[in-house]
Amino acid sequence: MTAMLAVRALAVEIAGIRVCDALDFSVAPGQCWAILGRNGAGKTTLLTTLAGLHKASSGTIELEGRALASFPPRELARFRGLLPQDDYDAFPATALETVLIGRHPHLSRWEWEGPEDLRVAREALAAVDMAGTEARDVRTLSGGERRRVALAVLLAQQPQLFLLDEPSSHLDLSHQVALLDRLITLARTERRAVVMALHDVNLAARYCDHVLLLDRGAAVAGPAAQLLTSERLSTLYGVSLRSLSDNGRSVFVT
Amino acid sequence: MALSIGSVALDATSVARAFLGLGDETQRAIVRELRLPRAVAAFATGGALALAGALLQVLLKNPLADPYVLGVSGGAAVGALTAMLLGALAWMVPAGAFAGAVASTAIVFGLARGRGAWSPTRLLLTGIVVAAGWGAVVALILSLAPEAQLRGMLFWLIGDLSAPPAAWTPLVAVVLALVVAMSFARDFNALARGEALAASVGVDVARLPWLLFALSALLTAVAVTIAGAIGFVGLIIPQAIRLVLGNDQRVILPASALGGGVLLLIADTLARSVVAPNQLPVGVITAMIGVPLFLILLSRHHLR
Repeated sequence: MTAMLAVRALAVEIAGIRVCDALDFSVAPGQCWAILGRNGAGKTTLLTTLAGLHKASSGTIELEGRALASFPPRELARFRGLLPQDDYDAFPATALETVLIGRHPHLSRWEWEGPEDLRVAREALAAVDMAGTEARDVRTLSGGERRRVALAVLLAQQPQLFLLDEPSSHLDLSHQVALLDRLITLARTERRAVVMALHDVNLAARYCDHVLLLDRGAAVAGPAAQLLTSERLSTLYGVSLRSLSDNGRSVFVT
Repeated sequence: MALSIGSVALDATSVARAFLGLGDETQRAIVRELRLPRAVAAFATGGALALAGALLQVLLKNPLADPYVLGVSGGAAVGALTAMLLGALAWMVPAGAFAGAVASTAIVFGLARGRGAWSPTRLLLTGIVVAAGWGAVVALILSLAPEAQLRGMLFWLIGDLSAPPAAWTPLVAVVLALVVAMSFARDFNALARGEALAASVGVDVARLPWLLFALSALLTAVAVTIAGAIGFVGLIIPQAIRLVLGNDQRVILPASALGGGVLLLIADTLARSVVAPNQLPVGVITAMIGVPLFLILLSRHHLR
């Protein structure tokens, strides 16, 4: 079976700093990957590279067997979607208008959003527990609510490959669990895939079957069961971590 | 209405007759050769300024951007005033303005591009600094100019439509720019939400800013060439449209062009009729109508 995302011998740099060198991994439909690493390790840069928005120094990235660079921007946007780390509102806009931005790649140049796009957008808002806020100005939302709207934009975009940069930031515990549950279910049942940069190793341990560890230019990719060990994580973060077992699941504590 | 009001008042029937080539010769000349081109020029100028303002607000992601923020009018002013100072022929003043606007745009464009890195902040900063430089040159020219020329220069700086060098060409330019801008309006909507999100949904964030820059610079150059530096329209009209109609660029762009055109048409009609047969600089009137209108809007609507 062709991998949804196949990365071979990938080298990525930003501002003269090496993020990874000769990185190989492939993401199959239904899988969920976490990118872990310290601040400045290059998690965001790697995600934007995978999204086709940052040029790799060398190596190949293929989406379903086709070179990433050969995708026109809109077609690419129907295949993969990226949740940016920060949400940006220079102008006023309602939550519904904001979510409709996700429909952009599905519409032709002169086309306006139709009833189907509105339905998708409303569903996406409901999926992030923001139903009823359609007419709210996004600038009046709380940080966590704004983050959920940003996730709704990505859901409305309906990509095959979800790339998320710290999806759980600003979210309260219940919404972290609810939204990651939803993403994982979506990936498993609809054969989509998730790659997300996370800071919480326990969220990674709970939700991700694979991980990518970025450690000062050296990147390791593999199954979570092999890589999420207290030794590796202690080295990665430079903090001593212990692993506790809770009903067969590992929980990491400092 | 703009065709009937003026030093010589004409009723609607006379205007219609003159427009169709009927009626007496003086009325025909007033309507078809004086008032119609001037009304068209006023409409095009206002439309160009408001559209340029709306586009720049997206480009700089700042609702306070206006067409002159990138130094275009400063360059145009230096070009036009230099032409006046040298006692050039009448047609050379707008030519100087256009050349100055284009030169200033090229300078800002070249400097802001730097070594490939691009950011709204860098562009804005370059524009402001270049504009400040032009301001100094304008002050220098004004202090060197003979007294007899000062009034003309001052009128140009405030904005004056009494002798538009062209009427239909600018209108065509505005309409073309609007069509091009409208074909990217949804991309602009995404871009206004930040480059990262826009790139995620498939907007070409590397090239789109340059299109915005080119369109708004061209529109501003057209406007200053026709009417000098009319301030305010480009800032206030898109803001007012946003207050009333929301923030969809597919609505803001055409509505701004139309609103700016109408405001300047009304202002120009007043400018040449209030103290007729004398004329006021239209830039004074746009501010006098626009400021209270905008303040009323602002107090009525919750700032969106």
